[in-house]
Amino acid sequence: MSISFTRRAKASRVAMLLAPVVAFCCAIVASVILFTALGKSPGQALYSLLLEPFLSWYNFSEVLLKMAPLLLIAQGLAIGFRANVFNIGAEGQLIIGAIAASALPVWYPMGDSAWMLPAMLVMGAGAGMAWAGIAALFRTRFNANEILVTLMLSLIAAQVLNYLLLGPWKDPNGFNFPQSVMFPDAALLPILLPGTRVNVSLLLALIASVLAYVLMRHRFSGFQLLVGGLAPRAARYAGFSETRAIWMSLLLGGLAAGLAGASEVAGPLGQLQRSVSTGYGYSAIIVAYLGGLNPLGIVISAFVMSVIYIGGDNAMVSADLPVAAVWVFQGLLLCFYLAGLTFIRHKVTWIRRKVAP
Amino acid sequence: MTALLSLQGVSKRYGAVKANSGIDLVVDPGSIHAILGENGAGKSTLMKLIYGVESPDAGSILWKGQPVTLASPADARRLGIGMVFQHFSLFETLSVVQNIALIVPGRQADLARRIRALGAEFGLEVDPEAMVHALSVGERQRVEIIRCLLLEPELLILDEPTSVLPPQSVARLFDTLRALQARGMAILFISHKLEEIKELCDTATILRGGQVTGRVTPRDHSAKDLATLMIGRAMPPPLPATPQAQGEVRLELSGLDYINDDPFGVSLRDVSLRLHSGEIVGIAGISGNGQQELAALISGEVMRPGDAIRMMGRAVGGLDAAHRRRLGFAFVPEERLGRGAVPDMSLADNALLTAHSAGLVQRGFIRRGPERAYTAAIIAAYDVRTPGPEAEAAALSGGNLQKFIMGREMMLAPKLLLASQPTWGVDIGAATDIRQRLVAMRNEGAAILVISEELEELFQICDRLHVLHKGHLSPSLQTAATSVEQVGSYMIGAGA
Repeated sequence: MSISFTRRAKASRVAMLLAPVVAFCCAIVASVILFTALGKSPGQALYSLLLEPFLSWYNFSEVLLKMAPLLLIAQGLAIGFRANVFNIGAEGQLIIGAIAASALPVWYPMGDSAWMLPAMLVMGAGAGMAWAGIAALFRTRFNANEILVTLMLSLIAAQVLNYLLLGPWKDPNGFNFPQSVMFPDAALLPILLPGTRVNVSLLLALIASVLAYVLMRHRFSGFQLLVGGLAPRAARYAGFSETRAIWMSLLLGGLAAGLAGASEVAGPLGQLQRSVSTGYGYSAIIVAYLGGLNPLGIVISAFVMSVIYIGGDNAMVSADLPVAAVWVFQGLLLCFYLAGLTFIRHKVTWIRRKVAP
Repeated sequence: MTALLSLQGVSKRYGAVKANSGIDLVVDPGSIHAILGENGAGKSTLMKLIYGVESPDAGSILWKGQPVTLASPADARRLGIGMVFQHFSLFETLSVVQNIALIVPGRQADLARRIRALGAEFGLEVDPEAMVHALSVGERQRVEIIRCLLLEPELLILDEPTSVLPPQSVARLFDTLRALQARGMAILFISHKLEEIKELCDTATILRGGQVTGRVTPRDHSAKDLATLMIGRAMPPPLPATPQAQGEVRLELSGLDYINDDPFGVSLRDVSLRLHSGEIVGIAGISGNGQQELAALISGEVMRPGDAIRMMGRAVGGLDAAHRRRLGFAFVPEERLGRGAVPDMSLADNALLTAHSAGLVQRGFIRRGPERAYTAAIIAAYDVRTPGPEAEAAALSGGNLQKFIMGREMMLAPKLLLASQPTWGVDIGAATDIRQRLVAMRNEGAAILVISEELEELFQICDRLHVLHKGHLSPSLQTAATSVEQVGSYMIGAGA
């Protein structure tokens, strides 16, 4: 007895759209089993995880707040993923973007120029691009695998952050906490929804989604990226430059992640702290894939993922779940989705061995 | 006499395509039985069913009168069925005897002795200790045949065995097959070459569109009759050959050397040719003698700075494929899916792949209207059978996709066209159409380089020919003043 996977000529469209939903349901079932095994009440856990985020305006606004960086980063990453350029180090690009954006308010803590905030965002985006650009340079010059380089650059970025917060950029009046000074008002993003912490970065993320859609659907350069991802030999045949695709993918991913980092320090944090790195860069990878690498799908998956984030925080308090439970749920979601995709793209047949007479 | 193998009403479908429907076939012991049909007629599917690679949806297979289920090639081999595929399955880094020992049980010393004995008996001489990568295509085929024979089959299946052989080796293969027949072995010989079948085979089963359209004794019928059974209508008329005044040099290779990084690839040595506007030049030769390398160097998929390659009077060694296209170059590659077309993209997007310069992109934005119109024009003009521009390239049959790619490149009205295996896998009617269009393009002043394995095709449309053998290009031969034999001797490296 053996199993064989044969690629289907054409994957069903309905199945493609259903896959994330089915994966979501499977993840719920699996986590119920898991929570029960942990001795927690699965009903209470699911209630906190999936419903509570919708039950108060405050909770819901927190979902939108989380959604902004996830959405922004995922849109940037998805472009590269579709071109088969795997930027796994958005977390590092986010950190470097946050650091670069923090330079201005750290150096001018009393600054009140109207240009401060735009300059911070530009510096954050630029620094994210530059950090990702290192991986692009290594890949195009030395053929170094961008998965490894971006991942390792993230570790370096985390150490740079530690160095700055424990040394030169530490707030002198901060009771020795590893964090920078509080930013002046001129360095903070305007609030989008009054009475909440939701700022204009959500708007930026939605604009980025529209731009990503236009790029991948209507621009010839986006088409060239897609061809490079789907059929590299066809791209070479048509003369689409692979070098260009690598640079473009990594720079756009770095730009989005750097901007997200800048928006974090200029948004909910209001200063540079270690908690700027909470794994958005990694969760955005899941968001990008759950959204089918489609700019519209990613808007939905970013929202769902934010719900899980906020719900997870709630569940820690009300259902006494460990902090890892949210990560496990995210991981389950991705596993089930990828498994689902395999079944959609391939036909599975059980072959029973029969011996010929 | 009980038939060795008989198929009764065997059917196999792939999705909506009926590859085989209701096939009846009877193979007698000791006969050479031809399966004749065009590409896509269902020959390969039928062989896969007989060799246990696929299972039929309906019908039954009888071996010596007993119904059998063939779940795998191992089952087929156990019964006594051997098969030599069109594409060889040998490990290049192993020696002949090592390759054979992977399938045939026994000590290598014994096997080597048996290989030599079989070689002497059936004209299949090959050195058992030789490394496979050092062997010619003909020798590799002998290794494949020997490997089958060592398992002492009663039925040997050969899939298009002559397509990879130069003319001289074909005669030798036929002697071998006749010797095997004399020993009582039955042979299933798959081909679309009518003359070969008339020469070699006792019986022929003709397939068209997955169905049997005839069972004949080939010697009693003319090639024309067989062709009519095979393609369902009379053979298309030959092309009008009008000599043409030559214009400027559009492609010039002067002393092109190319060292292949791949140890089993082919390196090119001192390749020189000139191609003028208003002429078609053919590159003959058996695949694997440097055709792929030459095509990639001309197309710009492989770049080697220098001025050994000149296009429209410019040295293009350092220019990529897109730059060369801007000079007026177009290219139809040998592989359609994954190189000439993106399998998962629509035909419209596949038109955009290389025809973007035909007004399909404005200021970096894709113009969907013109893209669709251009695609529809290709589909209509080149008779591409497809639901429409939205169909995915992977959903088209090989022949239809080839027509589409050919159309896309030809509609760009290039100054210089490189076409690799332009009619490979295309039915005879469409192949004639493509050839006529190539000739028409030449008459309008295009320079065309055709790389093809089909000598007949090259003789039909080319003004001049070169032969590529082991990375070395023969001198230019005027088609009208040369013979198939002369080209054949260049193909095996014997020279003029």
